[in-house]
Amino acid sequence: MTRQAALPISVRQLTKRYGSLTVLDAIDLDVRSGEFLTLLGPSGSGKTTLLMMLAGFVRPDCGIIRFGDADVVRLEPHKRDVGMVFQNYALFPHMDVAANIAFPLKLRGVGKAETAERVEQALELVKLGGYGARRVDQLSGGQRQRIALARAIVFEPRILLMDEPLSALDKQLREHMQIELRQLHERLGMTTVYVTHDQREALTMSDRIAVIDHGRIQQLDAPHVIYDRPAGRFVAEFIGESTFVTVDVTEDDCRFGDVSLILGETPARLGQHELMIRPERLSILDGKQSPDINVLPATVRASIYQGDSILVQTLLADGTAVSVRASASVKPPAAGEPIRLGLRAADTYLLPDGAGRA
Amino acid sequence: MNWLRQPATPTQITHGKRLWLYVISGLVMLFLILPTLIVIPMSFSESQYLEFPPREWSLRWYKNYFGSTSWMLATATSFKAGFLTMILSTLVGTMAAYGLHTARMRFSGLVFSILLTPIVVPIILVGIGVFYVYVKLGLVNTMAGIVLAHSMLAIPLVVMVVSSALKSYDMNQERVARSLGASRTYAFFFVTLPQIRFSVISGAVLSFLTSFDEVIVSLFISGGENSTLTRNMFAALRDQIDPTIAAISTLVVVLTSILLAISQIFGKNSALPD
Amino acid sequence: MTVIAAPNAEGLRRDAAVERLQLFALGGPAVLLVIVTMIVPVGWLFWLSFLNDAGEFSLEHYRRMLVQPSYGRAFSLTFEVSFLTTAICIVLGYPLAYVLSQLPRRAANICMIAVMLPFWTSLLVRTYAWLVLLHRQGVINTWGIKLGLWEAPLPLVHNLNGTLIGMVHIMLPFLILPVYSSMRAIDRDYLKAAANLGASPTRAFWLVFLPLSLPGLLAGSLIVFILCLGFYVTPAVLGGGKVTMVANRIATDIELFFNWGAASSLGVVLFVLTGLILYAASRLVRLDRLLGGGSH
Repeated sequence: MTRQAALPISVRQLTKRYGSLTVLDAIDLDVRSGEFLTLLGPSGSGKTTLLMMLAGFVRPDCGIIRFGDADVVRLEPHKRDVGMVFQNYALFPHMDVAANIAFPLKLRGVGKAETAERVEQALELVKLGGYGARRVDQLSGGQRQRIALARAIVFEPRILLMDEPLSALDKQLREHMQIELRQLHERLGMTTVYVTHDQREALTMSDRIAVIDHGRIQQLDAPHVIYDRPAGRFVAEFIGESTFVTVDVTEDDCRFGDVSLILGETPARLGQHELMIRPERLSILDGKQSPDINVLPATVRASIYQGDSILVQTLLADGTAVSVRASASVKPPAAGEPIRLGLRAADTYLLPDGAGRA
Repeated sequence: MNWLRQPATPTQITHGKRLWLYVISGLVMLFLILPTLIVIPMSFSESQYLEFPPREWSLRWYKNYFGSTSWMLATATSFKAGFLTMILSTLVGTMAAYGLHTARMRFSGLVFSILLTPIVVPIILVGIGVFYVYVKLGLVNTMAGIVLAHSMLAIPLVVMVVSSALKSYDMNQERVARSLGASRTYAFFFVTLPQIRFSVISGAVLSFLTSFDEVIVSLFISGGENSTLTRNMFAALRDQIDPTIAAISTLVVVLTSILLAISQIFGKNSALPD
Repeated sequence: MTVIAAPNAEGLRRDAAVERLQLFALGGPAVLLVIVTMIVPVGWLFWLSFLNDAGEFSLEHYRRMLVQPSYGRAFSLTFEVSFLTTAICIVLGYPLAYVLSQLPRRAANICMIAVMLPFWTSLLVRTYAWLVLLHRQGVINTWGIKLGLWEAPLPLVHNLNGTLIGMVHIMLPFLILPVYSSMRAIDRDYLKAAANLGASPTRAFWLVFLPLSLPGLLAGSLIVFILCLGFYVTPAVLGGGKVTMVANRIATDIELFFNWGAASSLGVVLFVLTGLILYAASRLVRLDRLLGGGSH
């Protein structure tokens, strides 16, 4: 399979309403040529609707979708030339594997010999060489997934759309496939739009992630930016675990109750702010002090043995509950015991203003 | 009889204690099948009084049936009507079921109930109503008239069977086909239809039988050289017990069984696990 | 920004309308056929039922139904026969469905042939079979006398008995199928729980199993009753002219007297009664289940 010039996608003011329910609220989105972009959001956020609009199965009320320079918004699905992989694979059970993959080639009038060759190439690409004669019901879930992918890319579309393609697989296989899909993307270079509700999957695979909620894009950024510097409380809570405490920023200090904190960055504005704490960035301090580590006093509520680690549930001074992992090799702290939690200055992040819950 | 002491249900009642239940069930099953089956040996009787078991065997009544012009004409009419009804109602019924399933409009429910009305309206009312209208249209005693009326009776069955198949069919199959470059029509014929074909075939078998077995409407609107088999059988039944009817009944039972077996075999083949 | 998007809203709406219309048009031929051969004729009859012989509007035909006792008798007989048929079907069908639902799948499927075979056999053929079995020189009378069970031939057919036997035989599968499938759906753990809580097998049946199977039984009884109301062939053949149900009366009015108004008004009342019963029942059971149960 040859590497083709991928097409960029540009979406403007895409809107869909069902009665009083707004599914997509004037979405603007640019997917760069050859990029792997993930639409991430809870169910009902509008991410699947957006994908279905790109494929042409849902018609927007208004708005523009461009593939390259062409406006495709009124084009029928079969004229859009996009590969699509569905959640349940949607392999045709009345055809064998080779016929499934040959389907788009047949529709494009590709000759017999070339079809056979390209089918086999596609099978090789998804590491299922020689599976052409199998029946669909003889395949495992992971194999079906790969065949669905092979079928979607065999006609060399310049855009690939995927709707939660891994959600039906078990955890181990899913993690394996994530890496494989990512590698395949690097080889083929198609512009890829991927829908998932699994934040870890999005973080693992994407060049950029668009977090969607209530029909709006809440943040569009590279994975590490989304994780470390969420644009608002929704993104912060949806991706990873987080706890928020209110801090008071004065001209020369940042106070959390009685404790003075050193921040990684000085906020633009004085006054009250929400400090995001990722629990995995907290450590249990054992006496050593370091100038760039903030110390948060807390009280232990319970210690829970979990094999590889101990989960220590604590309450901060203002009553906020935070759970911290401790190594299983240390003696677990007893309930009621005071404890000191460390938070590096570089790990402090104040939520930006005005980007609250949508 | 160790079996009798074994528990029959999770409540630990033994088979022995509810033997009476099995006896009743067995008798009811005999009640259900015997009457139809008993006609078969009787149709091979020599006597013109129907006896069981027959004292002498012969093919007399079959010869009588196959030798009679009016019975043959009626049989041909019934087959023709059944066949045409099957084609017409399967075609328009499948189209309607697919359209209603994919359109999901506000009026879909209303249209669906219009298509199902022939099941709820008492058939005698349909019979005289169709008769009344056909008199005005000049369709009485015509093949077209019979086929149209029978198709109307068969449409609800086709629509129900095909709709329920579409309900369990994964529409993503059609979507994926379209994303791969197939038009909607192509996707329907090469992806959807092959997967719901069993339901379409059983819808077709049902419509054939609906027409072939239909009595009441045919009684009013078929006649002359377009009399259906059922109409003639019914007329013969009201007058006397003609053993020829036993021969015809046997043939009808055999035909029905073959048709059902066919739709069963198709069912086995299309029962793909997915 | 909104300015860019506005121009294509109209076009998109038109595309959507065109697509919906195309799909909707697929239903057109079927709807047209049902309207022409069903809605129009029945509507016409409805109209006729309100006209007298001079073609003026009148309630004459409905009034006659109240005045002439023969019409009243037809209706009461229809309801009596339908009710008896339904009751007998429940008594015979429920135990069989119960036993079948507890058999292993494979065995149950084989036994189901006994239910499905008559279900698929032509109604006329089955009615004929009963005529052969029940008439004076029929199989049952000959064998009864031969075995010395009774001396003179019993009047089994050409009366209400024959009609009932034939109708029960025809309707029984319609009862058994929905009851059977609702029983299959009952989780056996309920019975285990009942036994565990101290219910005897009999009480577990009455207190747990029977109530759980009631929706299926109700659906089955309803479809049997409704179908019985419109019966024509079986009473005509096995009743031998002595059992005049409403449908038979309608046919007579047309065949012998060509009285469209009278026949139509009877048909309209029968239809309205059927509709009312269905409506009342739809508040008790889900009707789609009822139709689904009858179609296979």
